[in-house]
Amino acid sequence: MTQESADHLWLSGNEALALGAFEAGVKVASGYPGTPSTEILENLTKYQGPYTEWAPNEKTGLETAIGAAFAGGRALATMKHVGLNVAADPLFTLSYTGVRAGLVIINADDPGMHSSQNEQDNRNYAYAAKIPMLEPSDPAEARDFVKLAFELSEEFDTPVLVRTTTRLAHVKGMVKRGEVVTPPLTPNIEKMAAKFVMLPANARVRREVMAKRQDRLRNLAEDFAPNRTEWGTKKRGFITSGVSYLYTKEVFPEASFLKLGLVYPLPEKLIKDFAAEVDELFIIEELDPFLETRIKAMGIKCTGKEKIPAIGELSPDIIRQALGEQAKPGFEPLSLPMRPPNMCPGCPHRGLFYNLNRLKVFVSGDIGCYTLGFLPPLSAMDSCVCMGASIGIAHGMDKALGDSGRGRVVSVIGDSTFFHSGITGLTNIVYNKGNSTVIILDNRITGMTGHQPNPASGRTLQGETAHEVDIAGLCRALGVEHVQVVNPQHLKETKEALVEALEFDGPSVVITRYPCALLPAEKKRLKIPFTIEPTKCTGCTSCLRLGCPAISWQAVSPAEGAALGFKEKQKGYARISEMCNGCGLCAQVCKFDAIVKEDKAI
Amino acid sequence: MKGGIIFCGVGGQGILLASEITAFALMATGFTVKKSEVHGMAQRGGSVVAHLRYGQEVYAPLIGQGAADFILSLEKMETARYLNFMHEQTQIVASTHQIAPPAVAMGQAAYPVDILEQIRDKGLALLSIDSFAIARELGEVRAANVVLVGALSTFLPVTEETFIEVMKSKLPARILDLNLRAFAAGRQEAA
Repeated sequence: MTQESADHLWLSGNEALALGAFEAGVKVASGYPGTPSTEILENLTKYQGPYTEWAPNEKTGLETAIGAAFAGGRALATMKHVGLNVAADPLFTLSYTGVRAGLVIINADDPGMHSSQNEQDNRNYAYAAKIPMLEPSDPAEARDFVKLAFELSEEFDTPVLVRTTTRLAHVKGMVKRGEVVTPPLTPNIEKMAAKFVMLPANARVRREVMAKRQDRLRNLAEDFAPNRTEWGTKKRGFITSGVSYLYTKEVFPEASFLKLGLVYPLPEKLIKDFAAEVDELFIIEELDPFLETRIKAMGIKCTGKEKIPAIGELSPDIIRQALGEQAKPGFEPLSLPMRPPNMCPGCPHRGLFYNLNRLKVFVSGDIGCYTLGFLPPLSAMDSCVCMGASIGIAHGMDKALGDSGRGRVVSVIGDSTFFHSGITGLTNIVYNKGNSTVIILDNRITGMTGHQPNPASGRTLQGETAHEVDIAGLCRALGVEHVQVVNPQHLKETKEALVEALEFDGPSVVITRYPCALLPAEKKRLKIPFTIEPTKCTGCTSCLRLGCPAISWQAVSPAEGAALGFKEKQKGYARISEMCNGCGLCAQVCKFDAIVKEDKAI
Repeated sequence: MKGGIIFCGVGGQGILLASEITAFALMATGFTVKKSEVHGMAQRGGSVVAHLRYGQEVYAPLIGQGAADFILSLEKMETARYLNFMHEQTQIVASTHQIAPPAVAMGQAAYPVDILEQIRDKGLALLSIDSFAIARELGEVRAANVVLVGALSTFLPVTEETFIEVMKSKLPARILDLNLRAFAAGRQEAA
């Protein structure tokens, strides 16, 4: 079946995961946006029935899911791989309590770091927290496996992890619609203190329960349909899972495969039986030797990471070459200027980073669109580790540097990231008599992941009006005495506010408030674009140093320059394209009044 | 029959819509299709690429080196970024529209204006189209992507009617007419 119909849908992996959750009768779903997981909750929100929400962070999201499951409603938590680090605290103990109604955690790994700060392999969490993990290969399996995960969760009284990667989350394929099931439980309060109260005496009992559950899961794995043997020629056998299965099947369609749908715990007998039948056994997996280590520990001879890279994504070509086959050559690449992502024209972050560059401070950065402030010509980010880290790092530097660091370090953090995990860092600064300047970039939205509302946006994931947290008031309530709100589109005012905050004795917060240029209201706002009068432009390149995609350098020949009345040494002029959104930063930095408003609005 | 199409350009140019229309047209013709997209940090004005594979049976969603049968490029220079995916019979449909990458905008690097000639010199079949100008003439530069889909459609094992049916069923009414005209203009360019 290849065509879309009432029963067959063309879906991305994330859309299919949402469909699976809907069909499983999920009651409550919570998560925090993060590529490549974001679209799961956004798509689940389109269905009637499930309650969905953006939580301030993944830990809160998972805890919400735990509450729903304890109350007897099927629950889903979604997050990207680094989000599971944040949610790891409840995760490990949730494994002890188990669930009442099914609880599934969809975790999206990002091998190759398309949009992440690391490429940790979260299969290791399944092992560490003793939680079963399913790994689908394509959108059709994504739907199936989520439904199956809810069944396993209830049958084995355990949370279940579903692992996706970028090449499943954002791959589209055909998915067959299934039955919408009615979960066995109806939400109600049932006190089960021995199971839900994890103090040592209860936890020790639950630890034994977990061990028995692990044994039962290992037995299940031996005879579990998603662990599928596909016999071909027996010269080469492959044990693989997820998207690696598809890549390997593409290259060696004639070989034998043991495709694991359940990647933890592993079916030892099934693996041994498969290994015994094939001449040469290969383990094909992205990132860590997770399967390989365990299979080798079973005493089975196999080839894995000695040939298959442990760094970055795999691809059919990489697998082909690793196993000694020639890939098609393709044409030699030409040398081209790189095209990295950039802040949009009119982006409210640009003016701030322009100022920070000029102030020559150490910028302790964070995760969001504004991480692009690292790139030239703004070049104003000096560290970036994880969500919320900017504030703690600035504080640590302050304490290490003492007086020599005074006024020389700032932290920058977006509004959504501040709610995610910045508030505790700021509390620490106040409590422990720090002296840092924290800049909160309040653009009213979670930008990088595609405009998910956050606690300061004034609306929910479901589109309802919500309370707008007053960030300035919150900072003051924590005890920050110097809190100032500025419009970052005004360069001079912003610079003055930054200097004042840096000079302030004690913790200081500057909130740069201006909506993301891509928000619908901002896009609709009447804008008057700017233009450059070539005869007035001296070619000083000040405006180019804003790094605005709408401004570019136009080189001229000596004759053209003479015709424009340029001095002999002027080699060109700057110009503004139709991408201009009228923010006016360039007119503010031009010392020669060469940048003027166009005569019509757009 | 199996094939692979690379859709490339700059974030925000409409690569996803171009690849979606093509995917649906191939599926309506009876092919199995898989498509891999780029979201998140890779957008925001950066280089963007989507892989589309079709055939009776398709496993991997990624096209291998030297295995793209078609390239649809929405930006001139971006076409050359994917040369390693091309083989001797690859058919390229490329826009002549130029968007300066940051180093060029800063005046630190030159835009390789003859890049399409360099690609042709390798013996590759390349149809270049001023999709931006055509779309502007139609009244909306954002339809440049569908102009290129129109041109690409003439090389694919899919009928013109199938593409038109797909657009009628998938595109919102307010942009349908514009896109049908853009598609027709693109086919005209390839004729």
